[in-house]
Amino acid sequence: MSLYVNVKKRLGDFVLDVEFSSEKGVSGLLGASGCGKSVTLQCIAGIIKPDKGKIVLNGTTLYDSQLGINLPPQERQVGYLFQNYALFPNMTVKQNIACGLHYEKNRSMRKKAVAEMINRMRLNGLEKHRPRQLSGGQQQRTALARILVGQPEILLLDEPFSALDSHLRDQLLVELRDILKTFDKDTLIVTHSRDEAYKLCNTLAVMDNGRILSMGDTKKMFADPGTRVGATITGCKNIIEAVKAGDTCVKVPAWGITFDTGRPVRDDLCAIGIRAHSFYAEHWGNHRAATNSFPIRILEEIEDPFEWTIKFMFRDQSPESDAVWWRMAKNRRQTMDLPDRLAVDPKDILLLYQ
Amino acid sequence: MDWYPLWNSLRIAGISCIIVFFTGILFAYYIARLPRMLKAVLDVILTLPLVLPPTVCGWLLLLVFGLKHPVGRFLQEFGIQLVMTWYGGILASAVVAFPLMYRTARGAFESFDETLEWSGKTLGLSNTFIFWRIRMPACRQGILAGTVLAFARALGEYGATSMLIGYIPGKTATVSTTVYQLWRTNDEAGAMKWVLINLAISAVILSIINFSEGKNRQARRGV
Repeated sequence: MSLYVNVKKRLGDFVLDVEFSSEKGVSGLLGASGCGKSVTLQCIAGIIKPDKGKIVLNGTTLYDSQLGINLPPQERQVGYLFQNYALFPNMTVKQNIACGLHYEKNRSMRKKAVAEMINRMRLNGLEKHRPRQLSGGQQQRTALARILVGQPEILLLDEPFSALDSHLRDQLLVELRDILKTFDKDTLIVTHSRDEAYKLCNTLAVMDNGRILSMGDTKKMFADPGTRVGATITGCKNIIEAVKAGDTCVKVPAWGITFDTGRPVRDDLCAIGIRAHSFYAEHWGNHRAATNSFPIRILEEIEDPFEWTIKFMFRDQSPESDAVWWRMAKNRRQTMDLPDRLAVDPKDILLLYQ
Repeated sequence: MDWYPLWNSLRIAGISCIIVFFTGILFAYYIARLPRMLKAVLDVILTLPLVLPPTVCGWLLLLVFGLKHPVGRFLQEFGIQLVMTWYGGILASAVVAFPLMYRTARGAFESFDETLEWSGKTLGLSNTFIFWRIRMPACRQGILAGTVLAFARALGEYGATSMLIGYIPGKTATVSTTVYQLWRTNDEAGAMKWVLINLAISAVILSIINFSEGKNRQARRGV
């Protein structure tokens, strides 16, 4: 445990009430915008003062309302990457980076550390440039260099890719992952993007309306989000109310069908989720013994760049309920004819309890 | 020709501009942080000299610093007399020029990206460093515009100045009070001379403003 956070903060009608401790490596706070994830990060950095609670980082108490401790941001040794990178516009890349090392009084040591960081972040040749002359990726690397050169105790990243064009994101994501690997302390990332969370974080906490709903290993959180919000935020398109209908079976009244989930179902089940990619057509060379196979009626086909999105309804589905989404990669579509039955693997049915 | 009014105007405007530069920035910086109600009230009070007729300002100043009034008498005990002295003109011009500096500085601070301040803090930079090396350079254009405007206003001050320090040739005479005095005494040629000087100074000030704005535009384009 490197970071322990337990804070309460009221901001108008919004109440933030979170408690978590981050695991080793890269942790993520995933949630829709306005769920309080950025506020949490700002509390840790000392930008917002919580109403009460406690924040401990690597053994140092940063904030404790009972003991009356509230370190100023300057003394928290927290590396904070802002959404817009917050580079100082009146300084060059080199001067910006040197700002992160102002406490080093030895001039030659400082010079050396800054030069090393410029090398490490591949900013050579850009030392004299101003932030506005840099590309989005270069700005991000400069901001990271400025933070890392000061050797912070933790790295806090607030929506690190929201300021970038989407076509740059994938490449920079890989870059950032490599940079984070070389950082020997822990990282906490705030994001609303499931892609970023999945690719960057070892552990993930799902936040909603100022609270942490669930926390755990990232892969597990995606495989079994456990809650409706968790399923939505990890990109599950089909979430529908369901009730337990047997030891391993769930009934979906609105769809008029009962699924076998292949594992024990708890009594307090309130919904199930099925990812759009989880459906498959039996007769397209998929010779699995289809347990959950049901007749369907196609409503609409939507062509995406690399995928087909197909909206359908089960045969006995109530007309008031929403259409179900099925997605498949283009190369998996074998004929232009669409099947009249779709199946879903028992393990692909997400059991949601909240 | 007696150049005293020009010299007197320049020193009054210069000194009051320096005073207003610091107080305007100080007030702009701290008032932005106050609760909304208090901010609104203080804002009205501090901006008042901009909308009040300068003669009203002068009258109010006399009410406080006049020799018949407590503050004026108190200061006189220490040999400071703000009425009918050249340095009284500093007070009059500073009061009238203050709102220009205060308001432009506040506008500049309001458009400042506060995340820069926070990122400076999380990097461990001191508040002083953040203020002078990050906030001020970022607000440079607004601050500069405010300073030039305040200087120009102080230089052209007539109403409050003539009320507080009157017109004593060689003592309290400024360019603007001299123009009025010469015109009143039918010295058309003398008045014209000072009017031309005034026009020249105004042209220089406007050129400075335009030049600095042009330079800023270039800087923003990254040239």
